[in-house]
Amino acid sequence: MVDELLFFMEVLVGGLLAGTMYSLVALGFVLIFKASATFNFSQGAMVFFSVLAFCGFMQDFNIPFVLAFILAAFLMVVVGLCTERFVLRPLMNASEDTVLMATIGLGYVLEGLAQAAWGVEVRRLDLGIGDFPVPWIADNLKLFISALDITAGLVAAIMIIGLFLLFKYTKIGLGLRAVADDAGAASSIGIPLKHIMLLVWSAAGVVALVAGCMWGARAGVQFALVDLALKALPVLIIGGFSSIPGAIIGGLIIGAVEKVLEVYIGPFFGGAIEGWAPYVLAIFFLLYRPEGLFGEKIIRRV
Amino acid sequence: MKPVFMTYTKKDLINLAVCMVLSVFVIPTFITTEYWYTSILIPWLCLALATIGQQIVMGYTGQLALGAAGFMAAGAFAMFNLILRVPDLGFVGSLIVSGLIAAAFGILFGLPSLKVRGIYLMVATLASQFFIIWMIDKFGWFKNYDSSGIITAQDIVILGKPFTTPLAMYFVCLAVTTVLTLLAMNMARGSTGRNWMAVRDMDIAAESMGVSLLRTKVQAFAISAFYCGVAGALFAFCYLKSLEPVAFDIKLSFKILFMCILGGLGTINGAFIGAAFILLFPVLLNAIGNNVFHGAIDATIISSIEQVIFGGLMIIFMIYEPLGMAKLWENIKQKWKTKIPSSTNIKSSLSKKT
Repeated sequence: MVDELLFFMEVLVGGLLAGTMYSLVALGFVLIFKASATFNFSQGAMVFFSVLAFCGFMQDFNIPFVLAFILAAFLMVVVGLCTERFVLRPLMNASEDTVLMATIGLGYVLEGLAQAAWGVEVRRLDLGIGDFPVPWIADNLKLFISALDITAGLVAAIMIIGLFLLFKYTKIGLGLRAVADDAGAASSIGIPLKHIMLLVWSAAGVVALVAGCMWGARAGVQFALVDLALKALPVLIIGGFSSIPGAIIGGLIIGAVEKVLEVYIGPFFGGAIEGWAPYVLAIFFLLYRPEGLFGEKIIRRV
Repeated sequence: MKPVFMTYTKKDLINLAVCMVLSVFVIPTFITTEYWYTSILIPWLCLALATIGQQIVMGYTGQLALGAAGFMAAGAFAMFNLILRVPDLGFVGSLIVSGLIAAAFGILFGLPSLKVRGIYLMVATLASQFFIIWMIDKFGWFKNYDSSGIITAQDIVILGKPFTTPLAMYFVCLAVTTVLTLLAMNMARGSTGRNWMAVRDMDIAAESMGVSLLRTKVQAFAISAFYCGVAGALFAFCYLKSLEPVAFDIKLSFKILFMCILGGLGTINGAFIGAAFILLFPVLLNAIGNNVFHGAIDATIISSIEQVIFGGLMIIFMIYEPLGMAKLWENIKQKWKTKIPSSTNIKSSLSKKT
């Protein structure tokens, strides 16, 4: 009995920590959605692009770890700059769906560019953190929890606290919130819309890079990361599109439910139900609470 | 605004006649290499049909859906099982029934559209994509307990006659596509299509005008999935000649989405233009890579460049012409017409003077 309980705890904790990885990707979506009410479908591609660039800098040019990270982050700022200038600004007054489709196109461009520049083969990314159980926890609590999962959890926590402070207490954060509320009104009182957009896209790019590092260390840097990033969508639906805490809670819920279902119900259906379980969970959430746990209620007028 | 006709005009009939003459007489006489049939014309017709399905739900009804390949898989595997287990049904009967089975899935996964829209709906339809592929993959019955993962599709036999040559398969695809395209045009122009468009333009307003949202949306999803299902069956039986769930992954869904958007949302001919573009462009790019650069550029780089260009075009079209290539074509025709006034215009202007 105790063993079963321990096993359940292990599955649950593993799922929760894996969920923070989804949260990291979802965070990038939320940042952009919060500031511009744009759904950035290319976030998954940004994850892939940034981490492939990071690996490329490190492995092809032998640039040291920290410098390569800074370079990749800088590259993401450039991507943000180009996106703002060439995609978002011309589509300023277009409908939501049009911008969404344009970001799907942007995703394709980023995926193609990344593969053209750095090749299509799977790259290994070694962060110096092993994807194996931490001995100390295994000895004392009898739980097998991967060090990488714990790192991802910590990184996610730090980023969320950082972003929270940024949004809440800085002048930039105030500007961000003003733009999110009403872009027209914000620009009329002199908040530079361009700079805010650039900042948000750059921040989303850096978040994508961090998320990519975590995913890449686990599964290898490869094209499948884009599909993995799609799982951030159910996370967002559960947490709400405009809420940073929502992204975290949503990620935790998806991670935990997915793992528990996979371990306890999966074997009856031949496994691999984690491929679709998050989406079906999202559908049920949509039917009862379309705006998500922390989202704002959507009101539409004729 | 898009022109809406209630009945077939003379122009429609001429267009139809020209298309039929081109596809039935001109193409088979002039194109004799098998490559054109097996790798371009047959997939073009199949994917255009699937794109019409996507058009119905996305272009006409305005529901962002991203599960076309899932419904195609449902259609393809339904076809395989029907021919295997109910041989009395015949090819055409199986094709219709497999379309209906796909339509049932369409209704099931279209239900969330009653509650949500936009990106939310996209996620709900992604569920159908992943679920259908998983279901086919995990339950051996659908694949007749074949362990290799790839099943060979049965030969097409209609009324006792085998259709196995590329040309014969082309005619099968052509016949099915023609019938379904005409049907789609009829629906789009009639009251069904008007309801779809009313829902697309403003669903709340449409509802207050007496259009039933439940009926319209579910109908659109069902018909869309029917088209995708039939297209998937043809795709598997005439083009791939084999069945494997991997062939219908999310990438194919994105491809069909691109065909739909680049071709022109809310147009039937846009489906054909978009499918042709997405299919032919890589062929062209490969030809350039082979002939101009003599294979100096790696094939993976060419496919990456292709991806960049598709994505870039998507952005450019969204910025400058959100209605896609069909609208572009319309604009060119319009310009041509205003430059050279037609004879009736001249006559009427003359009669005004006198």
